[in-house]
This record gives sequence, C-alpha cells and structure tokens, in this order.
Amino acid sequence: MASSTRVTFPNKFLPYLLLAPQLAITAVFFYWPASQAIQQSVLREDPFGLSTQFVGLANFKRVLNDPNYLNSLQVTVIFSIATALIAMAFALLLAVMADKVIRGKGVYRTLLIWPYAVAPAIAGMLWLFLFNPSMGTLAYLLRSTGYNWDPLLNSDQAMVLVVAAASWKQISYNFLFFVAGLQSIPKSLIEAAAIDGAGETKRFWTIIFPLLAPTTFFLLVVNTVYAFFDTFGIIHAVTGGGPGKATETLVYKVYNDGFVNLILGDSAAQSVILMVIVIAMTAVQFRYVERKVHYG
Amino acid sequence: MASVELTDVRKVYGSSVEAVKGVNISINDGALCVLVGPSGCGKSTLLRMIAGLESITDGTVKIDSTVVNNLGPAERDIAMVFQNYALYPHMKVYDNMAYGLRNRGMPKDEIDKRVRDAAQILELTQLLERRPKELSGGQRQRVAMGRAIVRSPKVFLFDEPLSNLDAKLRGQMRVEIKNLQRQLGVTSVYVTHDQLEAMTLADILVVMNGGAVEQIGAPLDIYEKPASTFVASFIGAPPMNLVPVTADGSGLILKDGTRIGAQGLAVPISGAVIGFRPEDLEVSAGTNTHIGGLALDLKVLGVEPVGAESYVYGIIGGERVVVRVSGRSTSQTDDHLRVIIPKEKLHLFNEAGKRI
Repeated sequence: MASSTRVTFPNKFLPYLLLAPQLAITAVFFYWPASQAIQQSVLREDPFGLSTQFVGLANFKRVLNDPNYLNSLQVTVIFSIATALIAMAFALLLAVMADKVIRGKGVYRTLLIWPYAVAPAIAGMLWLFLFNPSMGTLAYLLRSTGYNWDPLLNSDQAMVLVVAAASWKQISYNFLFFVAGLQSIPKSLIEAAAIDGAGETKRFWTIIFPLLAPTTFFLLVVNTVYAFFDTFGIIHAVTGGGPGKATETLVYKVYNDGFVNLILGDSAAQSVILMVIVIAMTAVQFRYVERKVHYG
Repeated sequence: MASVELTDVRKVYGSSVEAVKGVNISINDGALCVLVGPSGCGKSTLLRMIAGLESITDGTVKIDSTVVNNLGPAERDIAMVFQNYALYPHMKVYDNMAYGLRNRGMPKDEIDKRVRDAAQILELTQLLERRPKELSGGQRQRVAMGRAIVRSPKVFLFDEPLSNLDAKLRGQMRVEIKNLQRQLGVTSVYVTHDQLEAMTLADILVVMNGGAVEQIGAPLDIYEKPASTFVASFIGAPPMNLVPVTADGSGLILKDGTRIGAQGLAVPISGAVIGFRPEDLEVSAGTNTHIGGLALDLKVLGVEPVGAESYVYGIIGGERVVVRVSGRSTSQTDDHLRVIIPKEKLHLFNEAGKRI
C-alpha cells in the first residue's frame, strides 16, 4: 500500500539543489557524449581531419548494409543471451546453496562476492592466462585429455571463453541479489509449504522461484545491459574480438571502427543504433516481462 | 481425528539452552488444548516440535498413538495456522487452499469440491479469485484457516493466529475458531500469550513458564485453584492480588507490620503469600469483622470506572492491590476502606510460590 504522504520542502530550490549532483553527472557523462555521438553520426570527416560535411543518414545506411555489422549483431545476441542466462542460473544455484549453509555463512558469501571486485580487464587476463592455448594451465589440462582446445583459431571455443569470463564476473553481483531475495522470503512460507506436502524441489519451483521473480526480473535487465555494454574490457583482454570477427560484439565494433580504424561517422552511427537498441530492449522488458512478475 | 500425547518432551538449543524442559501433555481426541504463557516460555517451540518444524531433543510426540518424532511435517498429517498467516502471495485464494491437496495428488474434482466447501464454511466464496494482498486481515486469517481445513488433517496447530488482528476482530474470530473446531471435531493445539483467548477457547489449558509446565487443567479449575503465584498472576484480568505475610503464634503480620487475625489459616512461620481475586473482596461500610474471613484496611490510590464495573486501586499492608466493584465506586483517593476476603476465596501460597 503506497502512502500518499508527500514531503514538502520549506525552500523551493532545496529539492533542485539536492538533485543537482546526480543531474550534473548524468549530463556530463551521458547527455553530452550522447548528443555528440548523434551529431557525429550525421557528419563525415575527410581523411586528414581538416573538414567535416553533413551527410544525413548516409552513415546509418552504410552501417546497416554492412555484412560485418550484421555479423556483429548476431554475435552480440548469442553472447548476451548466453552470458545473462549462465550468470543468473549459476548465481541462483549458488545463492540457494549458500542459503542452506549454517556454519561459516559469512565467509562463504564473502568469497562468492569477491569476483565482483575484480576489474573487467584483470578478469579477462585471468581467464586468458588460464585458457591461453600456449601457456594456460587449464588449457594444458584440456589438451592433455585429448581435447583440441584452441580459442585462438576456433571461433566457437573463443565464444565459450568470453562468455565464461563475462558470466564469471557477473555471477557475484547476481548472487548478492539472489541471496537478499531469498532472505526476504518469510521462513513461515517455506514451513507452510513443507506442511502442505511440498518436497524441496517442488517448494523451490512453486514457492521460492515465483517469489524471487522481482529479483530475477531486475537482474535480467541489469545482466542484458551488462552483456551489451560492460563486457568490452573482458573481450578486449581475452580475444580482442577474434578470431576473425567471431567475438566482435556491437560495442567492440564501435571501438574498433572509431578508435582503431578511425571511421568516426560509422562508429557514431553504430553507437546511436546501440543506444536505441538498449532503450527499446529495456522498455520491452518492463512492458512485457514485468507483467508476469508478482510483487509480494 | 486423533489424540496427541507428549511425553518428557525436551528441546535444547546448542549444548546448554533448554527451551523446553520435559513437558508431558495428553490431549484427547477432538479437544482444544491451549498453551499459554509469556513470550519466551517455550510454547511456540513446543508447537513447532509437534508440527515437525523443530527437532525433538528428547522425549516422544505421539499423534494418534504413532510416534512422529522422526516424521517430516508433511507426513504427520497436521495443518498449521501461522501468526503472519503465511499465505502464498503469488497464488490466488483458491490456489492457496488447493496447494496442499495438489501436492498430495488428489483428483481435480475432489480438490475443487473441498476448496468450495471450505470457502462456503468460511464465507470466502466471493474471494476465491483474489490474491492475498487484496484481502483484509480478517479475510487473510480465514484463508489461512481454510488452507488448514481443506486437508481434513488429524490435528490443527494454531500459532498465535489472532495476534495480528485488531481487538474487535480478534473477539469475533475467537468465537469463529471455537465454533469451527467444535463443528469439525479436530484435535487442536493453540498457542497464545493472551489469557482471555486461552480461557475462552481451551478445553485443556496448559500454563507454561520458563520452558516448563506450571499447570494443566480445565480453564475454570485453573482460575479457581491456581497451582502457583505465577499462574495466579497470569490468568485473570486484572490479575490476582498477592500479599506476602509472615505468621507468629497469634496471627498474621503484613509487610508494613499490620497484624491481623489468622482466622484459622495454616500459614508457615517462615512466610507465605496470600492471594485473592479482585472480584472476591467485599467492601464493608462498618467496622465489624466478618466471621470466617480476613478483614483488611485498604487505602485508596485511585478509581478507574470502566462502565459496568469499577477498579479500585489501593494499598493493603504495603502491597498494591486492585478491587473490582460492580457499578460505580464512590470512593475517593486517600479514603480508607474496610475490605473483607471470605475465607473460601482465599488462596495461600508458600514461599516458593506453590499453592498450599
């Protein structure tokens, strides 16, 4: 039940003053660069950077007709779905198991949260060291079992590696939210279900999982955005978008075209498209998925 | 239908915290047993042990002459109503009630019949399609009851089911629960800290204190013959007045040194406590002593009129007491009243607080 009490500030300007820092940060780090991207996406620069020319939607047309771009879109979809699903499924499994631990609960949780504190590039290097075919410890073990492990040449294996690294990093974050979600389910509900004759598995799928829906939904949004945007560091460190363009996601392509190949117009057009995709996706998630969510 | 029998039931947390200390209770088929006591007395723990939600350290719990110590909550054929109702928030009222039946693999039409019957009894038919958050407190309470009765279990367990309701609704639901339990004839165990609820609902009343049973009996027997000063002060509102006394050869001496005739009471020299219910005092206008009763002087501290009766608060022999008089009292603060306790209404406890 939402209370209708409304806080009234004695001074008219105080609320704006209180909002100012957040608004300033949003303006400087989102609206300004976003508007620059939009501006740049309709311009073309000459190779020497001496003059720019308004070209309308030409950049967008070229980008959307580029087979490399469509490939990158496909890579992103596969990568994001796999990363979000794996990160959430493992986190839920770990959270349910951590919830049952009685002794050393704190230690267990702390250890599981640690990976979140590792910077993306470092996490990428970690996985690279473990799985690099020429020097990785685990890569060596894999090859010694007879498996032909070579993510530098095999594009599927490269994808598996970046998905593993990206989800590993996100599991901690999801775990934290799932643990909190599990704790907010009243114990008496579980007991009532036990008395009602539901075994452990049944209790999980009929009581606990539905009640975690708000948490799961929130994490779905966050994880998708994470997979789309925040995995640049990991991909850059682990595969650099390769082999070929097998792990080149949309964000990685923006970086490659803009900062490596210096095709600024194309790169800006891509980031505008990316922005539209994420806005649309989040809107769809809130509009359709949230309907199936029951807030207790 | 079943009897419930607890034999030397103990609960120890960790290695030393004894929450329940060897409890013996036997509940006949169809009876409603109320466990009452202050918070932390072990009554809820005991109930949860019967439910199978809490392990039993020692002793045995029998339902229908089967030892259920090692059975899970689902296998004991019990139903429980929780203090916070524990309704499944994501399910409609219908599904809340049907959940336990579905888990037991009952055929669909049988489930439907049972849920609708229960809804009929509890006047929930209009609400079957709603979710718990769209219901009032009293309605949620009834759904919780419905979830218990559809299963037709051997035993109902109630864990302070009315304490989240407001006073008026509580009184109403109390009567409903009592009637429902009578009607269905299901053996029930009911936990509460409210002595009024305990008195009105119980067939057998169990008063607990500090993890142990203080007294078991019919509610009015306990009211009339409390086994200890704890029971005396816990059951009844306002509680029984307790005045410590010492005795010598010739009579009784109150705390402030007042001497009164012993009137044939066998009070141990070492000291005792006399107890009397607020309604058992007679206020006498004159100074004549009552034959076969204790006549005492009461200094009035204040009067609380509550409508049909008034509570006169005062001091007897240095102890605060309360007297219930019918109608309105004309007494004023600092008045001195002569009150008489008829001998047959007097309760006597020894130094340890046990009834003599």
